[in-house]
Amino acid sequence: MIKSRSIAVSVLAFAALTGGYSASFAAGGGGDGHGVKIERQEWSFSGPSGKYDSQQLQRGFGVYKEVCAACHGLSRIAFRNLAQPGGPAFNVEQVKALAATYEVPDEPDDEGEVKPRPARLADRFPPLFANEKAARAAQNGALPPDLSIIAKARGVAYSGTWYQHPIAMLKDIATAYQEGGADYIYALMTGYKDAPASMKMSEGMNYNTVYPGHQIAMAAPLSDGLDLYNDGTPETADNYARDVAAFLSWTSDPTLNERKSLGWMVMIFLLITSVLLYISKRRIWASAKH
Amino acid sequence: MSSHEDTYEPKGRVSKWMDERLPIARMMHGQFVDFPTPRNLNYLWTFGGILTFCLVVQIASGIVLAMHYIPAESMAFDSVQHIKRDVNYGWLIQPLHAVGASMFFIAVYIHIFRGLYYGSYKEPREVLWILGVLIFLVMMATGFLGYTLPWGQMSFWGVTVITNLFSSLDEVIPGLGTAVVTWLWGGYSVSGATLTRFFSLHYLLPFVLCGLVALHIWALHVAGQNNPTGLDIKTKSDSLPMSPYAVSKDLFALSVFIMLFAWFVFFAPDYLGHADNYIPANALVTPAHIVPEWYFLPFYAILRAIPSKLGGVIAMFGAIAVLAFVPWLDTSRVRSARYRPYFKWFFWLFAFTCLALGYLGSLPAEGIYVMWARIFTAYYFAFFLLVMPFLSLWETPTQMPGSISEAVLGKGSK
Amino acid sequence: MEGSLASDADEPTRRDFLTLAGPAFFAVGGAMTVWPFVHQMNPDAGALALASVEVDLAPVEEGQAITIMWRGKPVFIRHRTKKEIDEARDVKLTNLPDPQSDTARTKAGHEKWLVLVGICTHLGCIPKGQSLGDVKGDYEGWFCPCHGSHYDNSGRIRKGPAPRNLEVPPYQFQSDTQIKIG
Repeated sequence: MIKSRSIAVSVLAFAALTGGYSASFAAGGGGDGHGVKIERQEWSFSGPSGKYDSQQLQRGFGVYKEVCAACHGLSRIAFRNLAQPGGPAFNVEQVKALAATYEVPDEPDDEGEVKPRPARLADRFPPLFANEKAARAAQNGALPPDLSIIAKARGVAYSGTWYQHPIAMLKDIATAYQEGGADYIYALMTGYKDAPASMKMSEGMNYNTVYPGHQIAMAAPLSDGLDLYNDGTPETADNYARDVAAFLSWTSDPTLNERKSLGWMVMIFLLITSVLLYISKRRIWASAKH
Repeated sequence: MSSHEDTYEPKGRVSKWMDERLPIARMMHGQFVDFPTPRNLNYLWTFGGILTFCLVVQIASGIVLAMHYIPAESMAFDSVQHIKRDVNYGWLIQPLHAVGASMFFIAVYIHIFRGLYYGSYKEPREVLWILGVLIFLVMMATGFLGYTLPWGQMSFWGVTVITNLFSSLDEVIPGLGTAVVTWLWGGYSVSGATLTRFFSLHYLLPFVLCGLVALHIWALHVAGQNNPTGLDIKTKSDSLPMSPYAVSKDLFALSVFIMLFAWFVFFAPDYLGHADNYIPANALVTPAHIVPEWYFLPFYAILRAIPSKLGGVIAMFGAIAVLAFVPWLDTSRVRSARYRPYFKWFFWLFAFTCLALGYLGSLPAEGIYVMWARIFTAYYFAFFLLVMPFLSLWETPTQMPGSISEAVLGKGSK
Repeated sequence: MEGSLASDADEPTRRDFLTLAGPAFFAVGGAMTVWPFVHQMNPDAGALALASVEVDLAPVEEGQAITIMWRGKPVFIRHRTKKEIDEARDVKLTNLPDPQSDTARTKAGHEKWLVLVGICTHLGCIPKGQSLGDVKGDYEGWFCPCHGSHYDNSGRIRKGPAPRNLEVPPYQFQSDTQIKIG
């Protein structure tokens, strides 16, 4: 018995370890700050029990709309998404009114001409630029990435020592760490500093402590007191960064709340099933020595 | 199939009618109820059932995904996003498939290491083992093809790098490698044509896998299961009928395995993936650091450890191919490492080597990492080509029990 | 853990509640897992968002008709003349294969607007009669060219193999010139 138990334990440890490999690169996302330590933040949606805070997502949407939307699209989000539960959960009428302020191409009319019409709930956020070339032309050659999936497309690289890495991986699995994208966005938004004297900055570039290579085309977008909130939350750049990172986490993973709720039910069900199956196995084997 | 008592008795007229015409129920009963299993199997022997479960999950979820996925260059990435965002339960079924691939490999690696430790490849189970190696190979091909389909940056550049391995054939016959790669791609670069054919093959291979698994189980039921002692079943007291004994143990282990599976699916669906694959494929921008899925990392490390292009490719494929020869490379007459005092240590060093190669495969191939990758690669092959054939020449096995039941109950029992 | 080896394998295990509860839970869990795999084939969130459409009727002149798409099906909207409405009302219901009054097929106060799903109730073809040059059939409504069903200007079946009148989709007037279908 002792033998088989220790084997079971080592099997689980092995499974966790092999699973844990990926952490070393799963976190090494496209825009990670190579060699820069990015602090992990507290998020309402972190961990197995974390859920989005719809108030925060509403504020974050405000920041996106007033600041980011000038250059960054949100092409995979439909207006209806803004009203759905588990998201910012705006009231449907509010979203309808918001949608109507955007224009999308209508069906061709009888003359075959495509005229714009106000957007409806079912429409997605219209693209800001006709194509990549147009976007680059408008931004001095830089391409502002679409933000609808950005939090999943960015991560935080592991920056500790190699022998602590397996432990860090197991810890991340056990705590279901998935917020590397939000951590990165927050760090990027708050990472604008004056360039060190030793660094030669290219024309039109800005110094950022976490951006790979430290030279980013986007100028610091946030500062205190932009008057973006209407719920009394202090108007600080730090709050803006936090809220927009939360909002962009939601756009990347809009079903998180639903997934985690069902997840808990499934885990509890499986736990009960496993215990019962263990009892069943014990009773069946009780008469057979092994 | 091995001969054993048949306790099947058709009940009722329909069962009797069927039994006289197509005795499928009798066969299933004989193979999965009465089938004698060694009474001393530990939990490592539950992974066969777990792997069957994984295959079923992958096929079921894969068929569903194929109902919504569009294998076209301009739409593949968006269609996966559509599945995750808009399809009913798409947010569940898509990670079930992606995480499922990882779970499948976790289970298969435990299954393979169990076979290596307890000598499950030895006579009379050579064909069973080789079928297993083929299953592993087809699994890897299926996993690789499947990783292409989301058409993110890592998909695109992973395909580019791995298909380019074949261009090393240019070193054998000039022009051959280039011709093969162009043929694989259906163009002069990885493109929509590549995606469409990879989708087709990704859908095909699981059914090949099903056929191989059926043969694997057939071969298993001819030779019978190995067990921790490595001894054969000699008397009736060495075994127990598969149902309910082994089945109850399998079910419990499966349930625990599903908990681990569910943890990833519901709480950390992206943990096992790579952030770059959420950036749509772009033929003009290469990611800073291309890495394959974690389950290929040990082989990827071997590939990069060899300084020559063709040599690396040969070493990588050789690392898999060598497994097929294990039944003849290992010269020991004792099956189980439990009674091989030195082999045991070489085995654990080998297991550590595979983990270490996996870790190194995830790191950039530079500096000290390359040296370590070479050392571990050397041991990887030494384990098969030196330890297995020659260790038994001077290793004295420890005292073995006379039978399985003696191992379970101690001396004095029959 | 006493007992001889020979007997324990032969001894049938008692199938009591505690032995069966685990497998039963497992089976129930497996059965529940089927639902997501079935439900994924139902219309997705994007399709549901298009389940209702709003139509502006203002540009449709008397005597004209427009066709719009609703849930992947054509919807015929005809702005009927006074004469057409009167004709539709004067038909004796007993003469109809699928008796239904014109008032039951329009909204009170908006009788001039006829809104129909443009799919023949016979075998699903699209009837003719929307465009000016179209054949409208013997009853000045629609004519299905597939098997020769004639519909009148209330969309009721009058002649031919179709069993029922053209379906009226669920819709409401949001204002005098705006309807929401679905």
